[in-house]
Amino acid sequence: MRYILKKVLSMVLTLIVVSLCVFLAFSLIPGDPVTRMFGTEATPELIAQYREKMGFNDPLLVRYFRWFTSFLQGDMGTSYDYKVPVAGMLAEKIPITLTLAVMSFVIMVIISIPLGIYTAKYENGIIDHIISVINQIIMAIPPFFSGILLTFFFGVILKIFTPGGFVSYTKDLHGFLKYLILPAFAIALPKAAMATKLLRGSVIEEAGKDYTRTAYSRGNTTNAVLYLHVLKNAMIPVITFMGMALADMVAGSIVIEQVFGIPGVSRILLSSINNRDYPVVEAIIMGIAIMVLVINLLVDIIYRIIDPRIEVEE
Amino acid sequence: MMKKSIGRRSLSSILVVLTTLTLTLSGCSSKKAEESTPDVTNATETASSSENSETETADSTAGADDLSKITIGIPQDIDSMDPHMAKAAGTREILFNVFEGLVKPDQDGNLQPALASDYTISEDGMTYTFTLRDGVKFHDGSSVTAEDVKYSIERNAGTDGTDPLISAFSNIDKVEIQDDSTIVLTLKEANTEFLAYMIVAIIPASNEDPEGNPIGTGPYKFVSRSPQENVILTKFDEYWGEPAYIQDITLKIEANADSVVMDLEGGSIDMYPRITSAQMAQLSDKFDVYEGTMNLVQALYLNNAEKPFDNELVRQALCYAIDPQTIMDFVSDGKGTEIGSSMFPSFGKYFDASLNDTYNQDIDKAKELLAEAGYPNGFDFTITVPSNYTQHVDTAQVLVEQFKEIGVNATIQEVEWNSWLDDVYTNRNFQSTVIGVDASTLTAYALLSRFRSDAHNNFINFSDADYDVALDAAIKATDDDEKTKNYKECEKILSEKAANVYIQDLPEFVVLNKKFTGYTFYPLYAQDFAKIKPAN
Repeated sequence: MRYILKKVLSMVLTLIVVSLCVFLAFSLIPGDPVTRMFGTEATPELIAQYREKMGFNDPLLVRYFRWFTSFLQGDMGTSYDYKVPVAGMLAEKIPITLTLAVMSFVIMVIISIPLGIYTAKYENGIIDHIISVINQIIMAIPPFFSGILLTFFFGVILKIFTPGGFVSYTKDLHGFLKYLILPAFAIALPKAAMATKLLRGSVIEEAGKDYTRTAYSRGNTTNAVLYLHVLKNAMIPVITFMGMALADMVAGSIVIEQVFGIPGVSRILLSSINNRDYPVVEAIIMGIAIMVLVINLLVDIIYRIIDPRIEVEE
Repeated sequence: MMKKSIGRRSLSSILVVLTTLTLTLSGCSSKKAEESTPDVTNATETASSSENSETETADSTAGADDLSKITIGIPQDIDSMDPHMAKAAGTREILFNVFEGLVKPDQDGNLQPALASDYTISEDGMTYTFTLRDGVKFHDGSSVTAEDVKYSIERNAGTDGTDPLISAFSNIDKVEIQDDSTIVLTLKEANTEFLAYMIVAIIPASNEDPEGNPIGTGPYKFVSRSPQENVILTKFDEYWGEPAYIQDITLKIEANADSVVMDLEGGSIDMYPRITSAQMAQLSDKFDVYEGTMNLVQALYLNNAEKPFDNELVRQALCYAIDPQTIMDFVSDGKGTEIGSSMFPSFGKYFDASLNDTYNQDIDKAKELLAEAGYPNGFDFTITVPSNYTQHVDTAQVLVEQFKEIGVNATIQEVEWNSWLDDVYTNRNFQSTVIGVDASTLTAYALLSRFRSDAHNNFINFSDADYDVALDAAIKATDDDEKTKNYKECEKILSEKAANVYIQDLPEFVVLNKKFTGYTFYPLYAQDFAKIKPAN
């Protein structure tokens, strides 16, 4: 319990630091929302008038404090660019990015666990070698490039995928999910390759231990030993990796959403940075930070469930 | 064992890599062979060319043959649905379909009566009287009243004590409602060109949320928008004018310029304005490419207050150093129109082609001028370019090479659009920049007034007493010949004083799927969706 409390406290501190950094970064980069709003039609008077109206003339810390207090009350402010509440705007986009991340995660797990165990079981066999070569190649290809290759192959050559044919989940759920399959693969493949490699090594290591021999001597089949006994222990390093991968998938979607033309949270993030739409950027960054912290916490908790021997350092 | 396995592994990995490469490369080459060059047609020839085009090959996309819908790709999200707050050219050209003013430009650049059925301008250019068209309805079904007109004009003029949203509107003295269908506009200073500003959108005075619930009178009405995803419009059935052909329009935001060609070929968009010549070369013959001009003055804008450009001789030397045709060859395969001052050909009577020859490339002359100005060994300077405009960045690259010939060393600094707006345009903290300046209205005033020495948007700090006199004379003149003469004088001064290194009016290429036809260019930023129709 004390551990959880301590963890939550450090999370809150991290969030404060992150939000302050974003605020400071924005005060350092050139360009502000008011000049952007009026573009080449701006007059000095008009800029002064709207700066005052939007509260940009207050000192940085005052603005930060104003933002922070309303954020604590659950009010994320209004987008400068879209003039709508940030919360509502993001609520519409979060399901898109989240679906993409979850799909990629599921694909990664489905591919890597059986493959990792299989390659460990037939260590140094022909298939093990082929898979390790493929693994190396896939790990070396960045997701944006595999995204382009996948689009080209399935969209232009096979014509079973319409490039840029994204439909929103509110209009056509089936079409929405279908469109996300390829992008999800593009994100998942390199992660799956890494997870496979990790699991293979981990299983091989565990398989040499005493408890495995005991399990065999009790008359278990190879598969039963591997899936029921070895997997649980071998998963510990893999879970760390998968937790990081899940967080990374949300970040990785920044590139993939761009390549596949998916109007999700990441695309909003990019355009908001370009347009100096601070409230939106702050909200998204805070969202990502909270997610990463929560995933880390969950990974810690899952460790203890899998292996109660693991002590959590006080 | 270990060594052996590594050996085997590297052999097999080489094999795999080779196979992949072969597959990819052969895929590419066979693709290229299938492609044929797209038809480049001029706007005027289009009708015949698309009639000749054969019947469409069956399309793989679902609903592709439903010609009551069109999906149009746009390069960036619109900046505001409130027509008075929308400033980006890319937004204005779309809102052209949703909102209308008392008058409206046609494709030849003439102002046609729109919400006003008739207007009179007093001899002295002080009073404008508009008669409202009968029975014009807003998208919400209510009728357009004189109050709405008054409200819309005053909102831009800032008569409530705030600053005018359109700076030219500070010249409005008062807007009066004479009777239910007559509005009288009085100016503070005579200006016979003020009619061009009456393209300002008329919106209902009763609408409290013009951003979230945009209501206009145009041929298309707003349905919905989703940030960074799309804007959806539908045909307005009670439109007073010629009705649109296509029922539903989806404007899809194409944030990734690299996927435009793939999206066009795959069928997820049917049209894309402003495609680059490189993208055009990749298109198959499923598309028509319409060629027009962007209607802007592309130049190397020089900060006339900054050393060494405060010296007229230096500016002239730069003008002698460049060759616009080489730039056009490099940037857009030779397409484009040379210009010699702050005016482009679409303006017809105001454009003076003879100014193109004020300077023709002459390296010796340029070097002489530099020596005379006290820079016999040349100098170094920076060209600031907004990185999102490929054409301007490409142009800057050619300029750098051309300036090397006269011993001048230019460095390109690419900046984000917001930084450009802040540093270059607003704070005038720059040496030179390549950019295209467009005209917000169909008046010479829109292009030339910024070079008046005290203009708030005179970002190059140009200052010339003769220019100010000529400009004032042009604005005040009520006689058209007199006006034209004075505007041409202004252009001549800009050219002779080498205010900027004038280059070209960039070409614009619009791609439209052959299933549709009727794309029309306007001499200012407008995409008229109502004129697009199914090809058959």
